[in-house]
Amino acid sequence: MAEIVIKNVRKEFGDFVAVRESSFTIEDGEFFMLLGPSGCGKTTTLRMIAGLELPTSGEIYLDGEEIGQRPPSERDIAFVFQMFALYPHMNVYKNLSYPLVSQGMPRAQVRAKVDEVATILGIKNILKKPVGGLSGGDRQRVALGRAIVREPKAFMMDEPLGALDAEFREHMAEELRALHDRMGATTVYVTHDQLEAMQMGDKIVVMNNAVVEQFGKPQDIYDMPATMFVADFIGSPAMNFLNFNGKIGVGDAQIRLNNQPMDIPALREGAAGDLVFGVRPEHIQLFSDGDYRGKVLATEYLGTTQIVTLDTPNGEVKARIASDQPATVGETVGLGFNGQTVTLFDKTSGRALRSELNEGVLAHG
Amino acid sequence: MSAYSVTEPSTRSKWFAGSLVILYALITMIPLAWIMLTGFKSPSDAISYPPKVVFEPTLEGYVNLFTTRTRQTQDFLEANPPQNWADEIVREYDMVIVGPSKFGERFLNSVIIGFGSTFLSIFLGTLAAYAFSRFKIPLADDLLFFILSTRMMPPIAVAIPIFLMYRNLGLSDTHLGMILLYTAVNISLAVWLLKGFIDEIPREYEEATLIDGYTRFQAFYKVVLPQAATGIASTAIFCLIFAWNEYAFAVLLTSATAQTAPPFIPTIIGVGGLDWPAVAAGATIFLLPVMIFTILLRKHLLRGITFGAVRK
Repeated sequence: MAEIVIKNVRKEFGDFVAVRESSFTIEDGEFFMLLGPSGCGKTTTLRMIAGLELPTSGEIYLDGEEIGQRPPSERDIAFVFQMFALYPHMNVYKNLSYPLVSQGMPRAQVRAKVDEVATILGIKNILKKPVGGLSGGDRQRVALGRAIVREPKAFMMDEPLGALDAEFREHMAEELRALHDRMGATTVYVTHDQLEAMQMGDKIVVMNNAVVEQFGKPQDIYDMPATMFVADFIGSPAMNFLNFNGKIGVGDAQIRLNNQPMDIPALREGAAGDLVFGVRPEHIQLFSDGDYRGKVLATEYLGTTQIVTLDTPNGEVKARIASDQPATVGETVGLGFNGQTVTLFDKTSGRALRSELNEGVLAHG
Repeated sequence: MSAYSVTEPSTRSKWFAGSLVILYALITMIPLAWIMLTGFKSPSDAISYPPKVVFEPTLEGYVNLFTTRTRQTQDFLEANPPQNWADEIVREYDMVIVGPSKFGERFLNSVIIGFGSTFLSIFLGTLAAYAFSRFKIPLADDLLFFILSTRMMPPIAVAIPIFLMYRNLGLSDTHLGMILLYTAVNISLAVWLLKGFIDEIPREYEEATLIDGYTRFQAFYKVVLPQAATGIASTAIFCLIFAWNEYAFAVLLTSATAQTAPPFIPTIIGVGGLDWPAVAAGATIFLLPVMIFTILLRKHLLRGITFGAVRK
């Protein structure tokens, strides 16, 4: 099992830059999520760790050893493909034993090992079947089996649940996470689904436009986004952005939104010009009175909570409130923001301003 | 509501389609049947009008195809009784068999040249197609177009340059020369067809093989080749049919040593009158290898014809 360090890795395809100088560390035994919209470079990053692409520059360390330019066969990393890529001309047993045969393992040992893995995954009864006729879930299990049978240093998974239907996905996600906890192997997992990332990951790297936007624990990323992109990409509904113009200095713990004072975590850096007041929907309260007011545009009932869309002087806002709290379309209500959760952004750069809330998280982001 | 399905054809249209196929099969197979039957007719039955459908079968055509014969005097015939059943057949025409004809040799030439060039086309074609499909090759599109452009004219248009070139290189009337020539004509077809098949094989299979600890070449022959088997088989049929049937270059470039069966069969006509049964026998035997080869690979051939239409 292993720690993976990505250092200033860059990948170009001709003129196109798929990944710009990126650095992050995947600790031993972590379930690590690479999250981002399609085309952001997350799959390229994963493929570089596995050796399916070679970085244009930068280094990749596996257990302290630089492996950036080595072929995949010399890295001892397993890969689970989105489309599974089971060898179609072989049966399940042969698929599972294929990585062992390449190591020259004796036949009896191969048989025992495949048997053990098949038992873990509950696919012993289909070992003799051709892979063509398997269900999606069984294919997924065989693909996982082929990855774990060799006991590699780390697993790479490229949207392994992407090809499954929604219902089964949930189940497989749990199975995957349980398998990981049982084996304790370092796992790098690519997904574009922020819920999946939050639900399964020990840590998340959020990528966008070939750049690492932020990396850290799911909760840190959710509560203290480093950029407006992260704040917008993670969470559903996304973080609210209230635009305002002003000048704020180091140590300020209040700003003015439409001339109303609003509490914020004390700032560690100053800024001026177009700024953004970022607040999560669940940190907004609605009152009948209050000085900062907005008009209810729509409500969405979600069971225990409801999402209320409001028109405020600083833009549209979505609030998540208890579903038994009355909210009528057309009504004007007062808004209260939970000041200690607010993140301020510089609108031009999109970066979060450092404050007492997020300085610990942003330091290594 | 009646049982009605959009995708499943109705019984009536199935019958209609079935009858069309049978009709087409009859039209295309009658000449074949005709040739095969003529091979078992006597020369007079072969040219009788109206044509005989029912006749007394004889192996005369086949005997004439495989042997050379001379006419002998009655004294000689009486002094030398027929040695076997074939000899007996030719006695009817006061002839004796004096040796084998060149047909066996020519047929063997066809086998060597046809299968040899097919093998070479497929071997080179697969490697080239894999490279074009998987690797970044400078000017790949131009190269592919260049390869394709060799098919844009009838090969016989370059007959004279090839004739002169072969004479100077000493390739005229050699097996190697014919194998190289047919390979040159077939390779463009092979590269293009096989590239299509290999493009259809997801790269993930090879990547999985690499991850599983195999080399690129092992990934090629252990995973890509079995996956491309269908494409290779159907491409091989197309290449073989061309090389097997080719006539013009064979007439032009081969004579004593490397002559193939197609230019040889018509020469039978000149020996001892218009011997149609022998010609028909030659055509029948000539048909067999391609027929067997095609029947063996017919499943693949169907996929080959419709390839690319439906993604697997």
